[in-house]
Amino acid sequence: MRRIISVLIENEAGALSRVIGLFAQRNYNIESLTVAPTEDETLSRLTLTTEASDKQVEQITKQLNKLIEVVKLVDLTDGEHIERELMLIKLKAAGAQRAEIKRTADIFRGQIVDVTNATYTIQLTGTTEKLDAFLRSMADSTIMEVVRSGVSGLSRGEKILAL
Amino acid sequence: MLSGGDILIRSLQEENVDHVFGYPGGAVLHIYDALFRQNKVKHVLVRHEQAATHMADGYARSTGLPGVVLVTSGPGATNAVTGIATAYMDSIPMVVISGQVQSHLIGTDSFQETDMVGISRPIVKHSFLVKKAEDIPMIIKKAFYIATTGRPGPVVVDIPKDITNPTDLVEYEYPSDVAIRSYSPAGKGHTGQIKKAISMLLNAERPMIYAGGGVIQGNGSELLVTLCRKVGFPVTNTLMGLGAFPATDSQFLGMLGMHGTYEANMAMHHCDLILAVGARFDDRVTNTVSKFCPNAKIIHVDIDPASIAKNVDVDVPIVGPVVSVLSEMNALLEANWVNRTDDQEKLLAEWWSQIEGWRKQDCLAVERDEHDTQIKPQEAVQAVYRATNGTSYVTTDVGQHQMFAALYYPFDEPRKWINSGGLGTMGFGLPAAMGVQMAFPEEVVTCITGEGSIQMNIQELSTCSQYGLPVKVINLNNRSLGMVKQWQDMQYDGRHSHSYMDSLPDFVALVESYGHIGFKVDRLDELEDVLAEVYSEKLKNRLVFVDIQTDPEVHVYPMHVAPNGSMRDMWLKKGVRT
Ligand SMILES: Cc1ncc(C[n+]2csc(CCOP(=O)(O)OP(=O)(O)O)c2C)c(N)n1
Ligand SMILES: [Mg+2]
Repeated sequence: MRRIISVLIENEAGALSRVIGLFAQRNYNIESLTVAPTEDETLSRLTLTTEASDKQVEQITKQLNKLIEVVKLVDLTDGEHIERELMLIKLKAAGAQRAEIKRTADIFRGQIVDVTNATYTIQLTGTTEKLDAFLRSMADSTIMEVVRSGVSGLSRGEKILAL
Repeated sequence: MLSGGDILIRSLQEENVDHVFGYPGGAVLHIYDALFRQNKVKHVLVRHEQAATHMADGYARSTGLPGVVLVTSGPGATNAVTGIATAYMDSIPMVVISGQVQSHLIGTDSFQETDMVGISRPIVKHSFLVKKAEDIPMIIKKAFYIATTGRPGPVVVDIPKDITNPTDLVEYEYPSDVAIRSYSPAGKGHTGQIKKAISMLLNAERPMIYAGGGVIQGNGSELLVTLCRKVGFPVTNTLMGLGAFPATDSQFLGMLGMHGTYEANMAMHHCDLILAVGARFDDRVTNTVSKFCPNAKIIHVDIDPASIAKNVDVDVPIVGPVVSVLSEMNALLEANWVNRTDDQEKLLAEWWSQIEGWRKQDCLAVERDEHDTQIKPQEAVQAVYRATNGTSYVTTDVGQHQMFAALYYPFDEPRKWINSGGLGTMGFGLPAAMGVQMAFPEEVVTCITGEGSIQMNIQELSTCSQYGLPVKVINLNNRSLGMVKQWQDMQYDGRHSHSYMDSLPDFVALVESYGHIGFKVDRLDELEDVLAEVYSEKLKNRLVFVDIQTDPEVHVYPMHVAPNGSMRDMWLKKGVRT
């Protein structure tokens, strides 16, 4: 099952490499990973998605917790949560294609953030499935470049991940 | 105001470090100079950095105190890696200080630069790269705190040369406390879980107590013995746990696992309850996991939550230090054991009689043909046991000799049996014995080794001369990499690919050249007398190396049948299996 694990780590040199190293060392997979400082400058928040069974995810969270620089973590997929990913996509857009692409982007609530006479660059946010669906709706031949941020997420309701 | 080098040494003094095992080089010259200008911390100069880590390790395993290592950057640091990994796999507290190139040279492929924090990352509990001299006291404080608390392990402190510069002076104050917000080792076990465990113990019909190295590391042996005596259940120890429960006690079934005794493995397979304490269900214990102890409920006590339910599903997990959990269990047992019914005690007696049946197999009996005059390695270990009254510290290397030592030298006390169980590091035995001897100069320390392993750190015979370390080295010389050869006999139709030890040195002449005493023994009837002399008062202060020519054809048995075997599937001798 796909899991989203959110981790607060000390904002220190080397902390990130320990998390990534742990995944490599123990043969866990990482599908996406995003990390940035938080409102508390001593902490970074790292979100990673992984494909793992219940037993594996139990080991992953336990092993992550053993890292000295990991302060706290939560498996967001344990409960109701919000997840978002940002995608920038550069498309060939000429002639009749331009209107069609614009219409599809509107349906997905995408924004055109850069335009040339032959290309559109579209910004899209949403769940991973939504971004995947948008990509599928674009003919392969029109896609020039794609960059995705990886998943970020929060628990719904009152529940928080904080010190 | 002090320099970083002096601050480091002062910090080690604050941590009551009495021995540092190390080897100098460019990046640690300032630190070595600071060492020179004091006399509280004793530095032991080894001949190879790997040996420094194993010495610190032997010191730590025998005393329970952290071992401390000091090496230079680059090759000094990489030479230490095997010893750090050895300590990591067996959860041994160790602090390794490595020199690093000057801060401004890091990342430029400068002379003797290596990314020690990166190289050691998967084999340390934690590591630090020091950024400024002012940080040294807090980092050292944290390093010792992390290495020795929770599940212990090695910590690396990498110090760039400029940080220890004698001309850069900064304020020095050693912190009195340390707290790390992201690190809080378990303080005690969950009382509800402990109660659940007690009721399972009360109701068990065919129980087993399976205790590992965590009991020794956590200083829980006495409490374990109290518990075992109270309940009267059979007890087995892992390779790492030998000595946690007295091996000559009638409740002890011997070691379990790949080379465990018949009775221990049979009892594990047939039991209905396992109380696992400070053990980690290693693959060398369980054999095929899906066939492991099919009828057993499992209570697992461990300080590391990640050890629990990692390899085997557990019914009652208890996370906590052994001392606190076992104390709580003992108090509850004291109050509740009166509720055991006669029926339950009768079932336990039946279980014991089944076990006695397995014991009759006498799986450790030594085979010998009438006209065979060769020394069997098992007999050699038994002779060492008798010559030392079973009270020696014993370190080993890795191979058949290690298993023979584990099986034929019963340990009645914790911390006397010292071997590399997790990593299985050949070359561990001699330097580990030296570390033990450093810690206990008056005690008898024996290294049981093989002619293959001893050559992996034999240069330390020189260190032994320098420091007068009277280690007794028992070389079970089978002229082969015996354990490898055994597997080739059993799984590769006896094709002995590179398991033959050719061009062996004359060990007696070799040790004599270092100023030690050597004996060569090839007849059983000489062995007893030679060992009596080796362990005599006369040679108490001398390193003695006994090169015992043993029968090269002997295999270690019992041995688990693999692959796809369960705990009860064993080879009992050549060609004979359960
Ligand atoms: C550093 C290292 N290299 C290789 C091995 C693999 N290995 C395990 S036992 C063994 C043979 C050891 O030979 P010896 O020390 O003579 O002991 P014996 O088995 O003959 O008693 C080897 C090569 C190891 N454990 N450690
Ligand atoms: Mg050998």
